Amino acid sequence: MNKLISSVSPHFNSTLTTTKIMLDVIIALIPAAVASVVVFGFRSLLVIGVCVAVCIFAEWGFEKICKKENTITDLSAVVTGMLLAFNLPVTIPLWQAAFGSLVAIVVVKQLFGGIGQNFANPAITARIIMMTAFSGSMTNWVIPDASSGATPLALITKGQTDALPSYINMFLGVRGGCLGETCTLALLLGGAYLLVKRVISWHTPVAFIGTVAIMSLVCGKDVLYQLMAGGLMLGAFFMATDYSSTPATKWGKIIFGVGCGLITALIRFWGNFPEGVSFSILIMNILTPYIERLTRAKPLTGGID
Amino acid sequence: MRLSTVKVPHKKNTANSVPERLPIPKEVTIPVSMHIGRPAEVVVKKGDEVKVGQLIAKASGYVSAPIHSSVSGTVKKIDEITMSVGSRVKAVVIETDSKQELFEGIKPPEARDFQSFTKVIGESGIVGLGGAGFPTFVKLNVTHLDLVDVVIINAAECEPYITSDTRTMLDKTEYIFKGIEAIKKYMGVKRFIIGVEDNKPECVKKLGEFITDGSVEIKTLPSRYPQGGEKVLVYNTIGKMVPKGGLPLDVGAIVINVTTMAFIGEYMETGIPLVEKCVTVDGSAVKEPKNVIAPIGTPLKELFEFSGGFKSEPKKVLYGGPMMGISVPNLDVPVLKMTNAAIAMDEKEAAPPKTTACINCGRCLNHCPLKLDPRAIAKAYALDSGEDLKKLCVDLCMECGCCSYVCPAKRPLVQTNKLAKTVLRNYMKKKEEDKNE
Repeated sequence: MNKLISSVSPHFNSTLTTTKIMLDVIIALIPAAVASVVVFGFRSLLVIGVCVAVCIFAEWGFEKICKKENTITDLSAVVTGMLLAFNLPVTIPLWQAAFGSLVAIVVVKQLFGGIGQNFANPAITARIIMMTAFSGSMTNWVIPDASSGATPLALITKGQTDALPSYINMFLGVRGGCLGETCTLALLLGGAYLLVKRVISWHTPVAFIGTVAIMSLVCGKDVLYQLMAGGLMLGAFFMATDYSSTPATKWGKIIFGVGCGLITALIRFWGNFPEGVSFSILIMNILTPYIERLTRAKPLTGGID
Repeated sequence: MRLSTVKVPHKKNTANSVPERLPIPKEVTIPVSMHIGRPAEVVVKKGDEVKVGQLIAKASGYVSAPIHSSVSGTVKKIDEITMSVGSRVKAVVIETDSKQELFEGIKPPEARDFQSFTKVIGESGIVGLGGAGFPTFVKLNVTHLDLVDVVIINAAECEPYITSDTRTMLDKTEYIFKGIEAIKKYMGVKRFIIGVEDNKPECVKKLGEFITDGSVEIKTLPSRYPQGGEKVLVYNTIGKMVPKGGLPLDVGAIVINVTTMAFIGEYMETGIPLVEKCVTVDGSAVKEPKNVIAPIGTPLKELFEFSGGFKSEPKKVLYGGPMMGISVPNLDVPVLKMTNAAIAMDEKEAAPPKTTACINCGRCLNHCPLKLDPRAIAKAYALDSGEDLKKLCVDLCMECGCCSYVCPAKRPLVQTNKLAKTVLRNYMKKKEEDKNE
């Protein structure tokens, strides 16, 4: 008889793997991807395709060069590619989309040690870098309802409230914006899927969206509009819940969400930019280690230290 | 506050399998260390005739337990065997005559008061049968009887596969209550709680039929692992957290496994010491999973043969369940006092999971019953930082394995905790030495 395996307990593991988690995120992003095709046409599929392909290639290439274990099968590069594409206007030149993907994977993710080690969200950081580098093409919006030449938040900032799309169009995503952020319905469906599958917990999205809602109410803004405009839904469900760049503790998630909500509202209502979701998440990413240390649970020592 | 737990597959395939008696093996190997504490001292020699229940090794020191022959036959040799944890231990090898004659000296024990009660319990050789193997009489021998508010009977059986406690509850119900009566009589304890997981409604029903007064209460607990962990069980039954480094007695409780309790009841009636065990034989490599009653010292391979043999080659064999069980080096290792299951896993079930990078999802810390942060402990361990490990209270870890179980990256978290405990111990020792200098 062959030798028996000796190992220390446990001898059982759950069937959950990193790949399965990432696959669930991809599934949750599909409704928004479909909506982007309906609203903006097939070019959005092209942008998503380029971003995903370049992300996978960049991860594979970087690990090849650095002689690290290949991790593209964990599908996290696919998620990053999809999320970055969702944060770009449909008109983005494809080489710029490719450049952004390269930045996201190589600079933000791999240079910090790969999956789980990056302190900032790759897709968001890449988007911010692209906004600085290609500010023209990053704000070259296609407005599906053709009523105006700007996104709803830009219209509000400029005071052109007459040209705003209706609530129902906002909910269905028929409005100007990045290709994956406009359809509130699709993003809510995806978010609900992640919650049901326990990939994410309710703490961050509820705290984030709730804070924006309260701030809008206090500041006399149209609450529903503020929630459906910009990238709030996409950010709250898919970006502020990223594991490696956000706190793992429950209270940490709540503080993170509230912080994101406050910064988003500050930028939207008083800042120069019409939208602040990306910046808010990046700023809170930087605070994550401190929040986590602050909110670490006290071990149950039964009153004795 | 609710303690975190995990949902593990129950796999209680053998719950309805009435224990079958194993034919007496040709030879048994009885180690002298089947308990926490000092190994027992061998009192027989090669060639001695022994009978069932005869003392073959006496307790040495206070925390120790005597060992009795599980068969009748002749002592073949006093051997030294390797235990599953790697230690070398003396063992008495007995060739059986398959008559199973009972030792003449066996008679119902005479207990008059608390002192004589703990004495006879000590002589019975009983140890904690839940798996830890702590001598039961030491647990019962409290300095002040007033300290004991409640005896909690651990019938959670939260490990996958194992059903030997389930069978105790169904087949030896009266003995469980006789054990309770004995503790009531000699220790004056007025409150008993039997904690059972809700996946065993038939046990709850059967136990309920025996309840005659308000002193015994059945507490149905959610079937979540590690419900039977001592600290978890105490908290979920009486709402108190056992302090770090302390005992349940610090919060007024004594925790006794249900099969241990049934043994006490049976022993007080018959006087037969602990010589046989009901063992759940299961696992993906076993053809006909069943519950088997075997003499202590029986090689595991005989249990598997009795259960129809293997349907595929076993790659990993465990004493106990898959969450906290110990993998054994070969199939010749004997059934021990605290062996409640023998699990044989096939290639697929035994395959070690592939470890990938930590994705910082936080499942480990959000599932730790004691709110430890295994992710932070792993980092502190990598840095060899005793100071950080002390702050993170790694010595509190009860090694239940929830963190490793839920980890999507299959990282060896509880395994690292165990190693980190040693780092912390050495750090504290060094600190103590530095202080004394």
